[in-house]
Amino acid sequence: MVDPIVFFIASAICLTGAFGVILARNPVHSALMLVMTLFGIAVQFVAQEAHFLAAVQVIVYAGAIVVLFLFVIMLLGVDKAQNLELSILPVQRWAALTFGAGSLAVLTAFIVNVREPVTGAESVGGIATGSENVRLLARSLFSDYVYAFELTSLLLVIAVIGAVVLARKPKDTEMVSSDSERSI
Amino acid sequence: MEITTGWYLVLGALLFVIGGTGLLIRRNPLVMLMCVELMLNGVNLTFVAFAQRLNDIGGQTVVFFVLVVAAAEVVVGLGLVVAILRRQPGTTADDLSALKG
Repeated sequence: MVDPIVFFIASAICLTGAFGVILARNPVHSALMLVMTLFGIAVQFVAQEAHFLAAVQVIVYAGAIVVLFLFVIMLLGVDKAQNLELSILPVQRWAALTFGAGSLAVLTAFIVNVREPVTGAESVGGIATGSENVRLLARSLFSDYVYAFELTSLLLVIAVIGAVVLARKPKDTEMVSSDSERSI
Repeated sequence: MEITTGWYLVLGALLFVIGGTGLLIRRNPLVMLMCVELMLNGVNLTFVAFAQRLNDIGGQTVVFFVLVVAAAEVVVGLGLVVAILRRQPGTTADDLSALKG
């Protein structure tokens, strides 16, 4: 069973990082706090015998996605501190906090009230530990979910093409701006 | 004391709600994307907790797909942010009402 000390330390890391993401004024600090949360979640995955997912979590999220965030922040030079008080809709902050507190209360009350949240029957396939976990995950991925797996490859190709098209410097707008400068 | 599935569900719910609240109160589009990542991670934790509880590998497979979709979402989202911020530097989500037609 999961060690309570591991669970509470990893939870504290996760929640500190999560609050850091939404409260840090500087986007770079937000990105680094996101790394902290992701590492905490990777620890939770290891504690739940999901070793492959823990490794992928660190490699893909902390290694690729957050680096991409930092890269864009540096590229655009938006790493200036943002004034959190500056708001066009002041009521939006209170509405957001009310939404957060309300949905948290509903979810927690539901989970705590229902003593046993799981009602389904246990699987016979099993969720073995160690390298057996990777083998089971691969078998499930390439047999039951093989069409979904192929579709994700299509999704990644579309995302790459979309990113290239979106981030390319638009030629026609350059021409328009140079034309307008000439006319001025 | 014993850590049951409910503890993981509460932690996942907390991360999801923190991410959702951040998505609503922050104005920097980059930080908003990070908040979406927080929400996805809260759900991932829930999936893994159920996979462990029900002894079923399917929950972990779903988390694998969520990771792929999150990567694609970030790539396209950051491409959009780069395209918008190159046109109007220093813009926030409030200034992006020009797309409403």
